[in-house]
Amino acid sequence: MAASPAYGEEKGGSSSLGEPEYGHDPASGGIFASDYKRHDDLKEMLDSNKDSLKLEAMKRIVAMIARGKNASDLFPAVVKNVACKNIEVKKLVYVYLVRYAEEQQDLALLSISTFQRGLKDPNQLIRASALRVLSSIRVPIIVPIMMLAIKEAASDMSPYVRKTAAHAIPKLYSLDSDQKDQLIEVIEKLLADKTTLVAGSVVMAFEEVCPERIDLIHKNYRKLCNLLIDVEEWGQVVIINMLTRYARTQFLSPNQNESLLEESAEKAFYGSEEEDTKDAKAEAASLAKRKPYVMDPDHRLLLRNTKPLLQSRNAAVVMAVAQLYFHLAPKAEVGVIAKALVRLLRSHSEVQYVVLQNVATMSIKRRGMFEPYLKSFYIRSTDPTQIKILKLEVLTNLANETNISTILREFQTYIRSMDKDFVAATIQAIGRCATNIGKVRDTCLNGLVQLLSNRDELVVAESVVVIKKLLQMQPAQHSEIIKHMAKLTDNIQVPMARASILWLIGEYCEHVPKIAPDVLRKMAKSFTNEEDIVKLQVINLAAKLYLTNSKQSKLLTQYVLNLAKYDQNYDIRDRARFIRQLIVPTEKSGALNKYAKKLFLAQKPAPILESSFKDRDHFQLGSLSHLLNAKAVGYQELPDWPDEAPDPSVRNVEVPEWTKCTSREKRKEKVEKPFYSDSEGESGPTESADSGESHHEPESDSEESGSSSSSGTSSSSSEEEDEEEEEEGSGEQSEEKEGEEEEEKRKKRKEKGGLRKAGSPQPLSPMGWAWWPMLSCGPWQLLSPAFGAVRTYELLHRMAGEGLSVEYCFSRRPFPGDPHMVAVQIQISNNTDAEVKSLRVSEPKLLAGMRIQEFPEIESLAPGDTASVVMGIDFCDSTQAANFQLCTHTRHFYVSIQPPVGELMAPVFMSENEFRKEQGKLTGMSEITEKLTLPEKCRSDHAIVQQVTSAANVGRVPCGADNEYRFAAKTVTSGSLVLITLEWREGAAAQLTVNSEKMVIGTMLVKDIIQALAQ
Amino acid sequence: MIHSLFLINCSGDIFLEKHWKSVVSQSVCDYFFEAQEKAVDVENVPPVISTPHHYLISIYRDKIFFVSVIQTEVPPLFVIEFLHRVADTFQDYFGECSETAIKDNVVIVYELLEEMLDNGFPLATESNILKELIKPPTILRSVVNSITGSSNVGDTLPTGQLSNIPWRRAGVKYTNNEAYFDVIEEIDAIIDKSGSTVFAEIQGVIDSCIKLSGMPDLSLSFMNPRLLDDVSFHPCIRFKRWESERVLSFIPPDGNFRLISYRVSSQNLVAIPVYVKHLISFKENSSSGRFDVTIGPKQNMGKTVEGVVMTVHMPKAVLNMNLTATQGSYTFDPVTKVLTWDVGKITPQKLPNLKGIVNLQSGAPKPEENPSLNIQFKIQQLAISGLKVNRLDMYGEKYKPFKGVKYITKAGKFQVRT
Repeated sequence: MAASPAYGEEKGGSSSLGEPEYGHDPASGGIFASDYKRHDDLKEMLDSNKDSLKLEAMKRIVAMIARGKNASDLFPAVVKNVACKNIEVKKLVYVYLVRYAEEQQDLALLSISTFQRGLKDPNQLIRASALRVLSSIRVPIIVPIMMLAIKEAASDMSPYVRKTAAHAIPKLYSLDSDQKDQLIEVIEKLLADKTTLVAGSVVMAFEEVCPERIDLIHKNYRKLCNLLIDVEEWGQVVIINMLTRYARTQFLSPNQNESLLEESAEKAFYGSEEEDTKDAKAEAASLAKRKPYVMDPDHRLLLRNTKPLLQSRNAAVVMAVAQLYFHLAPKAEVGVIAKALVRLLRSHSEVQYVVLQNVATMSIKRRGMFEPYLKSFYIRSTDPTQIKILKLEVLTNLANETNISTILREFQTYIRSMDKDFVAATIQAIGRCATNIGKVRDTCLNGLVQLLSNRDELVVAESVVVIKKLLQMQPAQHSEIIKHMAKLTDNIQVPMARASILWLIGEYCEHVPKIAPDVLRKMAKSFTNEEDIVKLQVINLAAKLYLTNSKQSKLLTQYVLNLAKYDQNYDIRDRARFIRQLIVPTEKSGALNKYAKKLFLAQKPAPILESSFKDRDHFQLGSLSHLLNAKAVGYQELPDWPDEAPDPSVRNVEVPEWTKCTSREKRKEKVEKPFYSDSEGESGPTESADSGESHHEPESDSEESGSSSSSGTSSSSSEEEDEEEEEEGSGEQSEEKEGEEEEEKRKKRKEKGGLRKAGSPQPLSPMGWAWWPMLSCGPWQLLSPAFGAVRTYELLHRMAGEGLSVEYCFSRRPFPGDPHMVAVQIQISNNTDAEVKSLRVSEPKLLAGMRIQEFPEIESLAPGDTASVVMGIDFCDSTQAANFQLCTHTRHFYVSIQPPVGELMAPVFMSENEFRKEQGKLTGMSEITEKLTLPEKCRSDHAIVQQVTSAANVGRVPCGADNEYRFAAKTVTSGSLVLITLEWREGAAAQLTVNSEKMVIGTMLVKDIIQALAQ
Repeated sequence: MIHSLFLINCSGDIFLEKHWKSVVSQSVCDYFFEAQEKAVDVENVPPVISTPHHYLISIYRDKIFFVSVIQTEVPPLFVIEFLHRVADTFQDYFGECSETAIKDNVVIVYELLEEMLDNGFPLATESNILKELIKPPTILRSVVNSITGSSNVGDTLPTGQLSNIPWRRAGVKYTNNEAYFDVIEEIDAIIDKSGSTVFAEIQGVIDSCIKLSGMPDLSLSFMNPRLLDDVSFHPCIRFKRWESERVLSFIPPDGNFRLISYRVSSQNLVAIPVYVKHLISFKENSSSGRFDVTIGPKQNMGKTVEGVVMTVHMPKAVLNMNLTATQGSYTFDPVTKVLTWDVGKITPQKLPNLKGIVNLQSGAPKPEENPSLNIQFKIQQLAISGLKVNRLDMYGEKYKPFKGVKYITKAGKFQVRT
């Protein structure tokens, strides 16, 4: 009874006040007189001796509370029963008490002593429940009692009571925030607790009371990471969210340096122009200042320990891990979350709604992650509209050149939906696809124009608005569409659409010189009945026409301006006055008059159609704020990565004496045991025992954490875990240093290499011998036989080319002048009996981003002669064909070059270590593994290397192990690494692994190599 | 975190409220009603609503809105998932999660809510623990209670909450020890007009009913575990063993629970067990249309397709439908415009067909889109992915349990576009 004297001393005055209050309660309750009568029967029942009657009365009272009816007048009668023996009555009384204590503070004090007694009960559950109710009574007077009770419970032997104490902390804090400092002390103490039961609750308390005290986490960080998997689901969510924030303050960004490094490496590699070298130098200098990135082992620990939770059945946990990976993981590893998120789409529609919002944000930043799951976002007619629109958003974000045709086909089905809001959203989505992907712009535009004849006005209106945006990008070619739209003004009534049409006609009036004045005439007629937004555009149109075609439209403009002058809306009146001054020349008109044309008919930049989810990721994903796109109350900003990593040693934990005796061998022995079941047996007594636990506690903790430890067995205690971690940590730190040095060396090498390469046209790879001199007549035979025959492809057959035959091959040497281009060697032979003149390339039809460097025109080619030229094509790392025309002085031939995937890359030098390191970064979705059987003739080192290098333009990486072959290359356009490993196992079996950020390339490459090896 | 909870029925009555912190007035629900009105149908009520002082996060389950009031930042999925857990618990306790069930058992509901959340933070959500704390109502118990005056509240202590395996209650005893596993697979598919598959995927779950005494330690292995592409586990499963050996090793909760749910990789071709031939057309300028649908089996691996039901949301312009079914019966609800055809079993000899005339509102424009057909079906004794349970072993207890595995394939979100 330590608490009650303290309470008596401090609050003596008020408690004596409480007594008389209770005494004349009937008087103070006078206003409720009628209620009293109404609840007389209940009061009688509560006063009776029979528990069953009391229970019945309490049940009725609780039912009243549940329905939101006021039962506060029964307070005195109910509170009396707080000490009732019957457990259900007692519980219901607690329910009542917690609900009404705030309103009847003085009476509530009567019950306090019961709880204080409960806090001393030998039974842990009674202690816990007493603390739970006591802390739920929101009466400021008892704050000191609560504080005392919490402090005591925080050092209770029972973890369950300690958990309750953790729960009580935010309750007290919300009642009296002055207690913060004392509560932080308790939180600090509980954070050090090693049981899974407490971990979730105390982190929740931490988040509510002192989320800014990140320093409290340091010492507990590793323990929390290790316990995580065994914490209950709700605790996991809270801990993961907190650790995300923590990691953002303590570790360095895993991506920033990497991308810088890659860029500079690429530049150094290809750098042939002076500017590039300069850049490379500058960047190398900046890099030298920056430490090379090595992931902190603690950072890795967090990523490793949260990953299994992606498989949780609880959507909130999955989302929490997903956001952690999104915010903290290196780019190459983020992919793993996609699968789990897609799984959540099968869940309840509310879950879908939240997940899709987050996927929409993620898919903007990391499109590749969700591309394989494109079809999972297809829309069913039974989806609720809000889900449909979110899925549409995701589909639009995922659209790229390769999948756009499938997506557009899918959109076509959506357009015919009965759900008109959804149709409108689809039209918007088509507009966005069209702006983002140039290749399909015309197709989309045509589709949208067809929609203009739709029966539904909303659909037409939406299409008009989108078409307007699209036309703005290339108005010259589409005067037909503008004319068509001009006709629509007769029918469409939706103001936004009318306004859009008028704007279009005004803007491009020179393309429709005949129609524009006529439209103005019609609009002038109906001017007074138009919506404001339309009127403004009519004035606009009039002004623009006046400037370009004043002869026909002068009077009309005057008329419109006069009408506008007397309009009800002052915006319109203002606009009319302003425009009149600007365009109609008068004596007094100012200097601006001459510039009117420039003002109105200036080139306007085309609008950019952007996703509304762009940049939403500055909110922590999965949070309420992210969902609302506004900062919610109590939202903790996700800090930016620090530039310098704070001292990692703060997370080291001193190792208690007694754990040092445990040897590693012993632990390993236990590791063999597959189950944690026997450990459960051992920990049995601690589970139920209320006493004699204290000095066993470390051991019992070990059991609890054991099942969570990374080995998944019962062996190590948390302390040991920490120790181990520490050892690992220090080990890795020294490794880290080595790593740094190596990194430094490598960089130097690269710089040197870059400079050298920039200076002289030296061969780049061991396959340097494979280059053949340009423009030689018969390059084919110059190849070293070891290389295998370079494949030539036919560009134009003799028959189709009317005697002109053209072949091409990939020369595998850098295209001079542009390192992003693949050099294509073209051999043209004239088999006709006439001279062929002015051979050249024209009208290339390329996908967006692709570029062609044409070969210089061949002035003439004598009959029977052969010429060889080189052209460069930037394929944008895709195997899409480059289409163009081959022209002679008389004929045009449509031809196309489609590169095999192996030609889209160039070999790079790498050491085995570097290879492994890079490979480590490209795991998960970036890794493609395939088994294969090597045919008889491919079972020698020589043959394998030859086949692989002939299939793809890669460089061999020296390799220590026998029967293992590594090759490395970078894609030509983006410089993404492509790493190939071929493991030759016994007999004919082999395994091929390709690691590349470009998954498509990886997949295709695997296929090609296997095919090459099978031949 | 969660401040208050309101349960609201479809007609907008708040029939239950519970507050975990200070009381929030019912008037906060007005914002919800506003959003509900705007959304037209119940499915489109946004799950998260922002009001000046609170945030409302709601779910819709079994014709009840569970509306929770939030005051500070909290992951929305956390709340949504919890509310669904509450609904699941009601379902578990009362057999159904309906307004009447909740009203009839309001005291138990209140006691449950009290145990599930403490100060708005989830406390005990495992059904095994809850059932120890508060006994589910049964007819027998309520009779006994009314005579003896004893209560539904357990007086034993929920030891599960304190142990390493919070999902299992202690001291379980059965005379017949049984373990049943239902492998249920659902085919999600979108079939396009021409009958080709746009998208198909298999989603499966293993639901278990375990009635074993003591502390059994089970391990379940599959013949072909590689089939499972993406798996989510009940917390009882040892993740590491799955990672290393592809064996499900676990100490099960007592009673019914979902052991795993999985997805079979979409790279694998999914066998579609039925095909649909359809001809739906609306004539221009006349107020009628044709409707002719035939369902037939395909690739059903020698098993019969049964329980076939087709539901179609017809366009708004449809007034009535005059159809004849060669098998089963059909209903058309002229208010919701939903056509339901209960086909039953498909016999390949005589394919079920539904054919007739659609009456349209006169004067209304011809509907632009043909409605999509939603198909449900069931195939017993077959897991369409080919997943097979290899064996179930039990450690830790001496007795010999009775074991059983059942396979069933169903249509999930199976939609045919027309």
